[in-house]
Amino acid sequence: MGRFVARRLLHAVPVLLATTFLIYALVFVLPGDPIQGLAGDRPVPPSVLAELHRRYHLDDPLVVQYAKYLGGLITGDFGTTFRGQPVADVIAERWQVTVRLGLTAWFFEVVLGIALGVWAGLNKGRWADNVVLGATTLVIAVPVYIVGYLAQLVLGVRLGWFPVSGGDAGWPTAYLLPGLVLSSFGLAYVARLTRASLVENLRADFVRTADAKGLSRRRVVVRHTLRNSLIPVVTFLGVELGSLMAGAIVTEYIFNLPGIGQQVFQSIQLREGPTVVGITTALVLVFVLANLAVDVLYGLLDPRIRLD
Amino acid sequence: MHTPRHRPSHPARSLPALTAATALVLAVSACGGTASGGKNSADQGPGTPGGTYSVALTEPNHLTPGQTTDSYAIQVIQGLFDTPVTLDPKDGHVLPLAAASVDSGDQKVWTVKLRPDGTFHNGEKVTAQSFADAWNAAAYGPNGWESNYYFAQIEGYADLNPDQGQQPKAEKLSGLKVVDDTTLQVTLSAPFSQFPMMLAFTAFAPLPKAAFSDPKGFDAHPIGNGPFQMDGDWVHDQKIALKKSASYTGSRKAMADGVTFKIFTSKDTAFTELQAGNVDIMTTVPAARAPEAKRAFGDHYSVRPSGTMDYLGLPLWDPRFQNPELRRALSMAIDRPGVTQAIYNGVFKPADSVVAPMIPGHRDGACGEACTYDPAKAKALFDKAGGFTGPMELYFSNSDPTYEQWMTSVANQLKQNLGIQDITFKKMASADLGPILNKRQGTGPYRQNWVIDYPSMQNYLDGLYNPDNRMGWSSKQFDALLAEGNAAKDGKDGLAAYQKAEDLALREMPLIPLWNWQDQSAWSTNVGHVLIDPYVTGLHLDEVTVKH
Repeated sequence: MGRFVARRLLHAVPVLLATTFLIYALVFVLPGDPIQGLAGDRPVPPSVLAELHRRYHLDDPLVVQYAKYLGGLITGDFGTTFRGQPVADVIAERWQVTVRLGLTAWFFEVVLGIALGVWAGLNKGRWADNVVLGATTLVIAVPVYIVGYLAQLVLGVRLGWFPVSGGDAGWPTAYLLPGLVLSSFGLAYVARLTRASLVENLRADFVRTADAKGLSRRRVVVRHTLRNSLIPVVTFLGVELGSLMAGAIVTEYIFNLPGIGQQVFQSIQLREGPTVVGITTALVLVFVLANLAVDVLYGLLDPRIRLD
Repeated sequence: MHTPRHRPSHPARSLPALTAATALVLAVSACGGTASGGKNSADQGPGTPGGTYSVALTEPNHLTPGQTTDSYAIQVIQGLFDTPVTLDPKDGHVLPLAAASVDSGDQKVWTVKLRPDGTFHNGEKVTAQSFADAWNAAAYGPNGWESNYYFAQIEGYADLNPDQGQQPKAEKLSGLKVVDDTTLQVTLSAPFSQFPMMLAFTAFAPLPKAAFSDPKGFDAHPIGNGPFQMDGDWVHDQKIALKKSASYTGSRKAMADGVTFKIFTSKDTAFTELQAGNVDIMTTVPAARAPEAKRAFGDHYSVRPSGTMDYLGLPLWDPRFQNPELRRALSMAIDRPGVTQAIYNGVFKPADSVVAPMIPGHRDGACGEACTYDPAKAKALFDKAGGFTGPMELYFSNSDPTYEQWMTSVANQLKQNLGIQDITFKKMASADLGPILNKRQGTGPYRQNWVIDYPSMQNYLDGLYNPDNRMGWSSKQFDALLAEGNAAKDGKDGLAAYQKAEDLALREMPLIPLWNWQDQSAWSTNVGHVLIDPYVTGLHLDEVTVKH
C-alpha cells in the first residue's frame, strides 16, 4: 500500500510539469499584449510598458519565461498578479471558499445522490423510480447557469429562504444554495449511476444466494448489493471532487463567492499567466490526490482488487 | 460573463458592457450639461446626517490614487482623497477643493495654493510636498503606475520616462517646485490652459509618507485627506468599508457615517441584490436589465449623459482611405439614429460633433451634413471619390455583444448604400486589438470609444487626433490650432481655437463619430440625495443621506 501511494505520487510529477507547461504555453502564446489590453484605448507610455513587460517576463521566449516561472515555483514564488498581489496569497485567500463550496456540493451529491439512487433502485418501475429518473433527466439537460439564476431568483429573492449572494453570511448558510446548484448535475448523475448499478446487482447470483440463505433484506441490500454497486459511484465521486473545485467558475460567478473559480475566470480574461498556471497546478494536485484516494477506496470496498 | 475584461484595469475605457446600454427611456435626466439626480424631489429623501449605506462595486485594481485609472477605484478614492480641485457637477467648471487656488499668468507656470488646514487621516499635515511626492512617483516610469501619462505635460517628464532600454535621467519632475508648505509651483513643458481641470483627476491627489514606506500596506488601507477614511482593510473581492473622517476640514463633509462598497464579479448578481434590498446604490445598471430597473425603481432610476463616444477609426496609411470625400461618404452612409434605436433602445445619442453635448464648447450639429444619414448623397460622394476596391475589413473587440450587433448593421448599410460588397469582420479580444491599432497594422475601419479624463474639448481633440494618433492622420494646421487653444489666456479664445480645430478634424474625417453613451443608475428608498455626475466624481459619496 505504501509503495503504491509513493509510486502514484511520483507519477504526479510529470503530470504536473506537462500540465503547467501546457497551460503556460496556451496563455502566453496567445497573440496580443496583456499589458496593452489592461490599458484599453489609452496608449501606455513606453517606459511604463517596458517596466511591466520586464516585471512579468513578457519579452522573453516562452521556454525562458516558463523556466523562470518554474524557478520561482521551486523557491516558493508563485508569481504576482497584474494587481501586484502574490499569486500564493490569492490562492490561499480564495482556496477556502472553493473548498467549502466544493465539499458542500460534494456532500449533497454523496448523501442525496446515493439516497435517491437507492430509493429509485429498490422501487424499480414504480412511481418513485419514475420521479427520480424524470427529475434527474431534467436537471442533467438544463445548463447550470440557468439552474443557478432560477434558484437565486426564486429561492433567494422571491422566497427569501437563502442569501441571494456572497460569503457574508458564512458557512453553511451562504453556501447551501450555491452548493446545491453546483451539485445539481453530479447529484443527478450519482443518483442514476447508483440506481443502475443497484438494479443490476440485485439480479446477481450472489444476491440470490444471500437471499436464499435467509439474510435480512437490509443486510442483503446494504452489505452485499450496495457495497458492490458503489464501486462505479465512488470512482465518479472521486473525480467529481476535483471537477467541483474546477467547475465552480459559473456558480461562484452567479453567487458572487470570491473563490478560485471566480479568480480563474478573471485571470484568463486578463491573460494573467502566473495566476492561471498557479491555480491550475493546485487543481491538478487535487485531481491527482482525489484519484489516489479513489484507488485506495477500491481496495476497501472490494478486497479482490489488489493495489500493488 | 463579464467583468474582468470589463475590468481590465482601465475599465473606464474597456468597460463598455456595463454602461453600454439598452433602456426603454430616453433620458430621465435633465438635458444638456446638467447632471441627473440630486435635483428632482424624489431624491431629496431623508435629510438627517448619520447612518450607513452600501454601493455595488466591481473589484478595483488599486486604491493608491496614482496607481490606477480604473473607474471603480476612482469611485472609492474620491471618497478617501481630496484632489487639488473638483469639477462642478452641473457644468464641469473648476472648483477649489484641497487647493485654495490654481493660477497662472502665462498658462505655463502654475501656482497651486493649498488650504492651510488640510490633514491626512493619520494626522499628518497635507503640504505641497505631499503633492510633489505623489506626482513624482506616478510620473516615474520604472514604477509602472497606471496614471503615468497624466503627468506628461509637466516639465522634466521625458527624463523620468526614457526610450526603451535606457535608464531614467532623473527621479523627480524638474517642473515641480515646493515653494513652501502651502505653495506648489508647477512648470509645464508648453502652455496649457486646461491644466486646472486635470487636477480634479484622482491621480493628482496627495500622498502621505506612509504611502512610500509601506506601499503594499497602503494600497490595502490608503490614508487620504478626504471626507471618508478606511474602516478596516480592503477585503479583496468582498468589500471596502469607509467611515466618516472626524478630522476632515474640507468642503465635502460627509452626511452619512459610513459607506460600504460591496464587491461583485457579476453586475447581474449586483442588480439582483439591489432588487432584494441588500445593496442601496448601483451606478452602472447592466444594459439588459435597464427596462426592468426603470419599472422597479421609477423615481429612483436615472439616466445621465456620458462623455464617452463610440467612433470608427480609419487607417489612413492605406491608400484606399486617403480621400476625405470617401471618408465622409462612409460617414453619411451610416444611419446613426437607426442603430442607436435598434441596438441601444434610443438611450445612446447619435453624435453630431466630436465632443459630447455635456462638454463646454459643444455645438449642436458641428459635424453637419457629414454626420447626417443621406444614402443618395453618400453614394454620389463615394462615386466621385473613386469608390472602394477590394475587401473591407471591420475591426472590433469582443468585450461587448452589442459591438457585433451594430457593426453588422453598419456593414449592411455600407453594402446597401455604397455598394461595397466584400465586407468581413475581424472580431478579437481587446488585448489583441490594442497592439494591432497601436502598431497601425489594421487594414480597415475599427471600432473604438473615447472616454474623457476631464470635460474639456481639448481632451477629445488631443486624445483622438494627437500626432501619434492611430489613424495615421496628421495636420499641421490642426496641431497649431490646438496649441493656440492651449496657450489662450481667456477661456473664450481657447474655445474658439478648439472649435476651429474640431471643424478641421470633422472636415477631414480621419475618424467617424458615431454616438455618445449614457449611463444608468438605480438606488433604494433607503437613501436620498443621490447625485451622480458625468464628470470625474461619479457618485458623490459625501452627499448621500440615509434613512435610519
